[in-house]
Amino acid sequence: MQKQSIFQSKLLPYALVAPQLAIVLIFFYWPAAQAVIQSFLLQDAFGLSTSFVWFENYLELFKDPAYFAAIVRTFAFSFAIAVSSLSFALLLAVMADKPLRGSTLYRTLLIWPYAVAPPVVGVLWVFMLHPSLGVLSRYLRAMGVDWNPLLNGDQAAALIILAAAWKQISYNFLFFLAGLQSIPKSVIEAAAIDGARPMRRFWTVIFPLLSPTIFFLLVINIVYAFFDTFGIIDTMTRGGPGKATETLVYKVYTDGLLGGNLGSSAAQSVILMVIVVVLTGIQFRFVERKVTY
Amino acid sequence: MANVTLRSVRKTYPGGFEAIKGVDVDVGDGQFCVLVGPSGCGKSTLLRMVAGLETITGGEIDIGGRVVNQIEPADRDIAMVFQNYALYPHMSVYNNMAYGLRNRGMAEAEIKTRVEEAARVLELSPMLERKPRQLSGGQRQRVAMGRAIVRQPKVFLFDEPLSNLDAKLRIAMRVEIRKLQRRLNTTSIYVTHDQLEAMTLADILVVMNGGQVEQIGNPLDIYQKPATTFVASFIGAPPMNLMPLRSDELTSQIAGADGAGIVGIRPEDFVITAETAAGGVALGLTVEAIEHVGAETFVYGSRQREERGVAANPGELPPGEVIVRVPGATGPAVGERIRAVAPRDKLHLFTADGRKRVSP
Repeated sequence: MQKQSIFQSKLLPYALVAPQLAIVLIFFYWPAAQAVIQSFLLQDAFGLSTSFVWFENYLELFKDPAYFAAIVRTFAFSFAIAVSSLSFALLLAVMADKPLRGSTLYRTLLIWPYAVAPPVVGVLWVFMLHPSLGVLSRYLRAMGVDWNPLLNGDQAAALIILAAAWKQISYNFLFFLAGLQSIPKSVIEAAAIDGARPMRRFWTVIFPLLSPTIFFLLVINIVYAFFDTFGIIDTMTRGGPGKATETLVYKVYTDGLLGGNLGSSAAQSVILMVIVVVLTGIQFRFVERKVTY
Repeated sequence: MANVTLRSVRKTYPGGFEAIKGVDVDVGDGQFCVLVGPSGCGKSTLLRMVAGLETITGGEIDIGGRVVNQIEPADRDIAMVFQNYALYPHMSVYNNMAYGLRNRGMAEAEIKTRVEEAARVLELSPMLERKPRQLSGGQRQRVAMGRAIVRQPKVFLFDEPLSNLDAKLRIAMRVEIRKLQRRLNTTSIYVTHDQLEAMTLADILVVMNGGQVEQIGNPLDIYQKPATTFVASFIGAPPMNLMPLRSDELTSQIAGADGAGIVGIRPEDFVITAETAAGGVALGLTVEAIEHVGAETFVYGSRQREERGVAANPGELPPGEVIVRVPGATGPAVGERIRAVAPRDKLHLFTADGRKRVSP
C-alpha cells in the first residue's frame, strides 16, 4: 500500500499536523528559546536596562554555594523519593500478584492515587501532618516526636519526600505488576523445585528478571522527583523552612518570579533542560536495548 | 531411587470441577512411567500434583515410602523438566544447572564436578558460559535436562518436554532421554499427548481420559489388548478401525461375539484377498483414498451397506470408513472394489458402550 496516495492535496497532511506543531512551537520551543536568550542577559533592578553578558549568569551560579546546596538537595530528594516509592510499590505489587480474592478491586484501588494532582496531594498531607491541625501529628507527638515541619527543616524534607513518594507508588505499582505477570510461571515453579525458598526465589530469580522494569522506573521517578514535585513543594512548604526544601525547580521559581533575578533564573532552567535531555537520552538508549539481563 | 505410588488421588477445583477422579498408579524403582492422553485429560495436573505444584484434594501420593501430600516441592527430592524448559533467562548455562545445588548449600567444588559431568554427558561443555537465549531449542532442552540430573533426585518428572522441538530433533531427544534414564536408573514420570512417544519410552504406560485412568500396563500389552475403545483408538496410528456390530454382515461372520457391541481391527491386521477367514471378518470396500508413506500404504475405503457419519471420539474413524495397511508401495487404485479380510484372532471385541473388552 502506498502512503502517498491517501492524500489528494500535498498541503493537507501539513495542515493536519500544524495544530500539534503549533502547540509544541509556542509552548515548548518558544519559551525554551526565550530562556536560553534570557540566560545571557542581565537586567538592572528596575528593568530599565538590559545588557548582554555571555556566560556570566552561569558562572555566578556555579560560584554560588546556595545553588550547589540546591543541587545536592535535589539529588538527595530524588534518590529518597525514587528508592522509597519504588521499594514500596514493588512490595505491594508482589503481594497483589498472588492469586487473591478480590485482587482486581485491590489493584484498582492502588492505582487511584496516581489520578490525584500534585498540589492536592500536598494539601492532603499538609492537613494530616500539620503541627497544630494534623491528625497524624497528634499521634507523633504522643509517641514523643517533636513534630514541627514548619520549623524543622529535616522534618519538612521528610514530609515532601513522603508525599511525593506516596503519589508515585501507584504508577510504579502498575509497571511492577505488569513486569511480574510477564515472568513465566514455570520459571518460578522451577526455582521452587530447585529448592529456593520464597525470599531467595525473589532475590535470585524474580528481582533480576524485573531489572529492566526497575531501571525504566528509576529514570521516570528521578525525572518526576526533579520536576513534578513543584506542586507538592509549593503547597506544602514553599521551599522552607529556610531553604530546607528548595529544589532546583523551586529555586528557578523563587529566584525568577519572587527574587526578580530573571537572568539567573533563566540560566538555571537551561541547566535543568540539559538534565532532562540527558535523562531522556539514557532512557531512550535503554528502551532500544530492551533487555539488560 | 524410589517408588512412586498414587493411591486414589483426586483433584477438585474450588469451582467444583473434578480434574482427577481417583487415580491409582504404582511406579516401581527405576521404572519409566508415561502418562498419555488427549489434552484436558488431567495428565499434566497429575504430574504437577506429584511435583507439589498443585494441591492434592484427595488420596495420597507416596514417593520413596513417604507420603508427600503436605511436603513442599523443594523437599520432595524430585526434579522437573518443563515444556517451555523454564530456564532462568538471566543466568548462564552453568548457573542454571548449579542453582538447585547452591540452594541446598553444596560446596562449590562439588557443584563444579557435577555440572561439568552433566555438561559432558549432554554435550553442553562448550556452552556453559552462554545465556539461554543464545542457545537453540534442542540445547535449551538439554540444559533443562542437565538441571534435573545434576541434582541426582529420587524422581524425574517430565511435562511434555519435547513438544516444542521439531520432528527430527524430537525423535533424537526421545532416544537420548531413554538412554539417559536407563543409565541413571532414576524413576521417571513423563507426560505426553504423543502416543508414539508414549509407546517408545514407557515401561509402564498409563492411558488417561477425562481425569480417569483408562488402562495401565506394558505398552505392547496395551497395544495388543486395549481395555476400552478409547484406548484402542488412541494408541496406534493410524487408529484402530472400530465398527458397531449391528444386524449386518459383521455379526453373522464373527464366531463367539456374544455380549459384544463393537468390533475393532487394526489397519495392519487386514489382508486384501478374495478368500474368507473362518469366524473372522471380511469387508467389501470401495477405495476412497490412498496414502503412500513409502514402506507402507494406507488404503481408506468405505464399507458398502453402511451409513457414513461423524466420528464419535477424536481419532476414531467415522462409521463406515475403514483404514487398511498394505505393506510396500503397491496397493489398489482409487475407486477400485476390494475385499479386506481379518482373521478371528486379530479381532478386538468390546461392549456396546466401549467401556469393556469382551474377549479374549
